[in-house]
Amino acid sequence: MIDTLRLTAEDAIALVERGEATPAELHAAYREAIDARDAELHCYLTLVDSPNGATSIPIALKDIIGTKGVRTTAGSKILDDYVPVYDSTVAERCKTSGLSLLGKTNLDEFAMGSSTENSAYGPSRNPWDPSRVPGGSGGGSAAAVSAGLAPWALGSDTGGSIKQPSSLCGNVGLRPTYGTVSRYGVVAFASSLDQIGPVTKTVRDNALLYRIISGRDPSDTTTVDVPPVEIPAAEDLKGLRVGIPQELNEADGIEPGVAAAVKKAIDLAAQLGADVDTCELPRSVEYGLACYYLIAPAEASSNLARYDGVRFGPRVDANDYYEMVARTRDAGFGDEPKRRIMLGTYALSAGYYEAFYGQAQKVRTVISREFAAAFERFDVLLSPTSPTVAFELGARTRPVPRPALGVIDTLDCS
Amino acid sequence: MPEWEPVIGLEIHVQLKTRTKMFCRCENTFGGEPNTRTCPVCLAHPGALPVPNERAIEWTIKLGLALGCTIAERAVFHRKNYFYPDNPKGYQISQYDEPLCIDGAMLVPGPDGDAEVGIIRAHLEEDAAKTIHVGGATGRIVGAAHSNVDFNRGGTPLVEIVTQPDIRSAEEAKRFLQLLRQTIVELGISDAEMEKGTLRADANVSVRERGETGFRTRTELKNMNSFNHIARGIDAEIRRQIEVWESGGEVVQQTLDYEVKSDTVTARRRKEEADDYRYFPEPDLVPLEPSRGLVERLREELPELPGERIRSLGNEIGFDSALELVATGNEATARGLVEHGLDWPKAASVAMNELAGREPLRENFRALVAIIQQRDRITREAYHASFASSVTTAINSDEVLAQTVVADTAELEPLVDRILEASPAQVASYRGGKQGVLGFFVGQVMKETQGKADPKIVNELLRQKLDA
Repeated sequence: MIDTLRLTAEDAIALVERGEATPAELHAAYREAIDARDAELHCYLTLVDSPNGATSIPIALKDIIGTKGVRTTAGSKILDDYVPVYDSTVAERCKTSGLSLLGKTNLDEFAMGSSTENSAYGPSRNPWDPSRVPGGSGGGSAAAVSAGLAPWALGSDTGGSIKQPSSLCGNVGLRPTYGTVSRYGVVAFASSLDQIGPVTKTVRDNALLYRIISGRDPSDTTTVDVPPVEIPAAEDLKGLRVGIPQELNEADGIEPGVAAAVKKAIDLAAQLGADVDTCELPRSVEYGLACYYLIAPAEASSNLARYDGVRFGPRVDANDYYEMVARTRDAGFGDEPKRRIMLGTYALSAGYYEAFYGQAQKVRTVISREFAAAFERFDVLLSPTSPTVAFELGARTRPVPRPALGVIDTLDCS
Repeated sequence: MPEWEPVIGLEIHVQLKTRTKMFCRCENTFGGEPNTRTCPVCLAHPGALPVPNERAIEWTIKLGLALGCTIAERAVFHRKNYFYPDNPKGYQISQYDEPLCIDGAMLVPGPDGDAEVGIIRAHLEEDAAKTIHVGGATGRIVGAAHSNVDFNRGGTPLVEIVTQPDIRSAEEAKRFLQLLRQTIVELGISDAEMEKGTLRADANVSVRERGETGFRTRTELKNMNSFNHIARGIDAEIRRQIEVWESGGEVVQQTLDYEVKSDTVTARRRKEEADDYRYFPEPDLVPLEPSRGLVERLREELPELPGERIRSLGNEIGFDSALELVATGNEATARGLVEHGLDWPKAASVAMNELAGREPLRENFRALVAIIQQRDRITREAYHASFASSVTTAINSDEVLAQTVVADTAELEPLVDRILEASPAQVASYRGGKQGVLGFFVGQVMKETQGKADPKIVNELLRQKLDA
């Protein structure tokens, strides 16, 4: 009997290596867990039956990650019937490492959201309390890992879509530095921000999975070589310099429980020998979110232009090409992508570009410098990921984010 | 009536003949079954990313250098956003305010000396797919019953060259384009054939009164697929604009198509023009930063460029012949003949006609020149045979020149008499007014003499006798 709820990926790999479980048996065990619980949690949009050629443990992939021969919807009706003809680089690297694909996990449409309630296929639920959201956009992956419906998973993060659901579901989520993981084959939301990263039960699992997916990819010219990934083994944090950005740790709206948990973590770090000190990120906190809400929609408005009904996806016929495109997009996109396409189109329009997109890019450089300066002093910065714990479904249907809340999820994407 | 001065700038697109497309590894060739050379990248499948073609970048730099441009230390790809079925991503990857090549110039030789045409920029982008609109009156997308798209061409590397509005006549525009084409062909980066669309040119046209500073409203002229059509299209638009101004009207900025049949221009429908392309830097690509070492290496690789050669040849045989000689690849042959004593006009003519693309062995030039200079003395057959064999074998001019024509009237006269006597019907027919019968008699004489009779003498003799 395999206890998928508690089994870490590392331990699962050990089971296979010691011959105590075959890859097929592991796949079947997770499949059983899915059959038992996913009707309620709705982590998965598509399941894969057989672990073809797998030599290791299973993995779940957020349904924005392209998988050859396996439907990839990005949580949108406009890709309802889309089956990629090629693997994304991360999916291929998982395959090469012998991982078997369990299925594709739920997300906010085109990763636009923070609760999975924007999925065209209905929301996922938080396994700790199914009346609450798992966060988003990668709520399906986070909930699956927490509920033992996958040993680990991949997510994508544009403005918090890995970290926030990992926080709300109690996982370790890593948004890697831009350029360390290939975006090739991953449905684009905002190209200069999108990154793929692991969602796992432990830090060591996270490092293991990051080791598999990271590194330069000739198909994505924005990627770079990455130094060998070390699997953390230290018993203490001696010599580690930890910075505590004041603005992010003392912002309005941080729930007392969250603040207490973070305080506990800071104290523990100090106990384990880390050098802890406070720091400031004033410009990042003041302008970060505004900057994000110009750059991400602008790029999205362009990235989502390819969904026109000409080459793939559903088409709504009309009298002429322009009308066909308009009707297809009206029927295929949900409200959130439509909202962001409109915002982004506006931000890029002649006469507005300099004031909006151009200005946001300049501010981005300022934010980037502020972080670079902070990382001169510190190895890591520590703050809450989300100011609140998981909220109830339907509690935040308003699309406008509250600054203090959004900033924390979004900031480090610069 | 004022004297009007045309002001013309050109936008030229050149498809590069790299082995693969601009941003993917699909084969880059012309024609073939539709949609057989495609992949997720050039079909814009979700998640696909562009990888720039290094060769295309190098070739664009080379062309920029040949046009006297500065090569930017940093060039940025931008997205040009618009909806059209030939544009699968919904944006074209192009260059905008940071192009690869800037500030060049080309000297265009002409009858009144050189004209300098400034090059504002040369940048790299990807070509659109090919659309065919079926049904409907206009052959355009609005009103078509349906449209077919062939993505084979989509993603072909395309260089866009933009000139300053320095050109002052349709003829000059044509000459500029011919010289540019030859430069491109000699760089070996494109076939640059207008009929195939591997070279395309649009013209920005305005007119002003001579002496006027500043420019008036310009129009953009498209849909011209030969050098002659470009010249005619520009002329038609110049005429139209002058008429508008002279009748008290105002030229409005618009895009026009040149219609060959009617020799007029017609305005495009507004809906087919995007007003705002919402350019922004392509986030999927890092900026190009060509190293100075690379630029210098490419500069050293540049061949001798045709502009200078055409200019000096033009002094000998006129610009048009000079350009034709160079463009048809017969320049080296003509030079060989000149070096062995032939004059330029004769050498150019022989190279383009008698030899027409055939390259004689180097050792045969002396003999060929001797033969050409004594062309009248030898038979037509011997003359032409010598060019054919000059390509593969050493020819002996003495042997060829020995095949002399019979130019002796005394020798030919009895033969002519005999032939006329034997064909009374044809003689009557000629005298009845059918001058064409003369050819029949010439043929008879040639047959009898095995082609050795001098046709000039034969003609003279025949006329003399028949017209008597």
